[in-house]
Amino acid sequence: MNIDDVRLSADLSKITIDDKKIDSYLTDMQDILKFIEQMNAIDTDNITPMAHPFDLSQRLREDKAVAQIDRQILQSNAKNIENGLFLVPKVIE
Amino acid sequence: MKYDVVIGLEIHAQLNTESKIFSLSPTRFGADVNTQANEVDLAMPGVLPVLNEQAVIKAIKFGIATDCKINNRSIFERKNYFYPDLPKAYQISQFEYPIVGAGILEITNEKNELKNIGITRAHLEEDAGKSLHENFTKHSGIDLNRAGTPLLEIVSDPDLSSAKEAVIYAKKIHALVVYIEICDGNMQEGSFRCDANVSLKPRGTKELGIRSEIKNINSFKFLEKAINYEINRQENILDDGGRVVQETRLYDADKNETRSMRSKEESNDYRYFPDPDLLPVIIDNKLIQNIKDKMPESPYNRLKRFIDDLDLKEEDANLLCSDIKIADYFENIIKIGNLKPKLVANWIIVELMGIINKNNKKWQDNKINEQDFATLLQRITDNTISGKIAKQVFAVMWDKGDKPDNIIKKEGLQQLDNDDEIKSIITDIINKNPAQVQQYKDGKHKIIGFFVGQIMQQTKGKANPAKVQEILKQQLS
Repeated sequence: MNIDDVRLSADLSKITIDDKKIDSYLTDMQDILKFIEQMNAIDTDNITPMAHPFDLSQRLREDKAVAQIDRQILQSNAKNIENGLFLVPKVIE
Repeated sequence: MKYDVVIGLEIHAQLNTESKIFSLSPTRFGADVNTQANEVDLAMPGVLPVLNEQAVIKAIKFGIATDCKINNRSIFERKNYFYPDLPKAYQISQFEYPIVGAGILEITNEKNELKNIGITRAHLEEDAGKSLHENFTKHSGIDLNRAGTPLLEIVSDPDLSSAKEAVIYAKKIHALVVYIEICDGNMQEGSFRCDANVSLKPRGTKELGIRSEIKNINSFKFLEKAINYEINRQENILDDGGRVVQETRLYDADKNETRSMRSKEESNDYRYFPDPDLLPVIIDNKLIQNIKDKMPESPYNRLKRFIDDLDLKEEDANLLCSDIKIADYFENIIKIGNLKPKLVANWIIVELMGIINKNNKKWQDNKINEQDFATLLQRITDNTISGKIAKQVFAVMWDKGDKPDNIIKKEGLQQLDNDDEIKSIITDIINKNPAQVQQYKDGKHKIIGFFVGQIMQQTKGKANPAKVQEILKQQLS
């Protein structure tokens, strides 16, 4: 793990970080990784990875649509709306 | 340099469920913006996804129809990406353990060769919402009606070698998902979309070149054009000694070109991990067998049977097999009326589909039931009416929904089959046209067409044509 990884993590997490603090973040994150790495000592060959801590299977729901959608309520805490659309800063492709 | 073209397709087929894959919102297309998106689709805090049974069943149907492996255990994972049309900031998809595993689809390519195209997998995922850019300057408008619509992403192996071949493969998948009724196949509405991975390698070499991915193509015509444009572009780069950049590109139909999608380029790090909100999906073999037992005959078998056993032209068989409802209608009419398949095929394709197209209607608008259609065709084979009169009757059936026998009776269309009556009309016409009779006697036998025409005119087309010919020849000689 290096400083670029810290910057990438921050970028992927959409957070701004103070350049002055990067070194201390790096130390913190390295410590966390070291802590987690202890688990690598366990032999997990021939063990199927679990996808979920509960040993259960997914319940399936009947395909019935329930149209009880009040757009006004659902948009009541949106910052910016127009003609029913959510407005976000322009995204261009 | 000469290159080999290597293409793989990712096809997104929207599954035609009533509700979304993880929420109770309806999936109807064309509703007012953000009226089909509930708190789950909007990713409000605390909401949880619950998997739609039909999405799973429809995915299994696809696996059965293509003979792909169906995995007894599959896992939903989070695919992380930050984009406003996906409010959770991740898409629920499948990655390492998809519901449908590998299989093979056989196609007949543009050189008329049989070719096996590998299907890598087909997995379930949710669709994203739509971003609208046109009417805003500083903003984009977000409509989340489509967010959470179930998609089956069908991934092919990189086995396709030309744009035409890719289109043939995509069309075959399209026909299949429509036929087994898991997708409405409407490409204009985005129900069936393709991404194409295209790369080139020096002819005959093994190692794959660097690929670019063209996203979201929603017509077969554009698919062919976009791939050909991309082949050309990469060829030019490689010929100039350059390197193709691995990237995502968009096809611009107006300019017929592909261009780089810069926005998603930098963070192509999806960090998949199992979604803790969803448990593993366990499908037992009994369920698969149950679904299999209820599935119709595969469209490929049926097509083959129509051509080999019913002796239909390939083109006609294809048309009839394009929709399971049409194919069923066709076969039921044959059975009910004990009719010749070719006669029924002709009437469905020429008359029924003709009238549907002429009136700008869809197959679903056809109100003529199988029994009535069979009766009409029986009246041709039992000589009650001629084929020509049958078309008149058919038009009335389409317009008014009346029964064929009622129409024939009411309008007095019954074929003139009585020998004496036909004889007297013929005698009358022969007497009135001595010049033509002389021509016939002089050996100009084609003139018989003139008499037939006169007789048909007088009987308004109701005389039995075979009988007319027979009696005419007797009287003229």
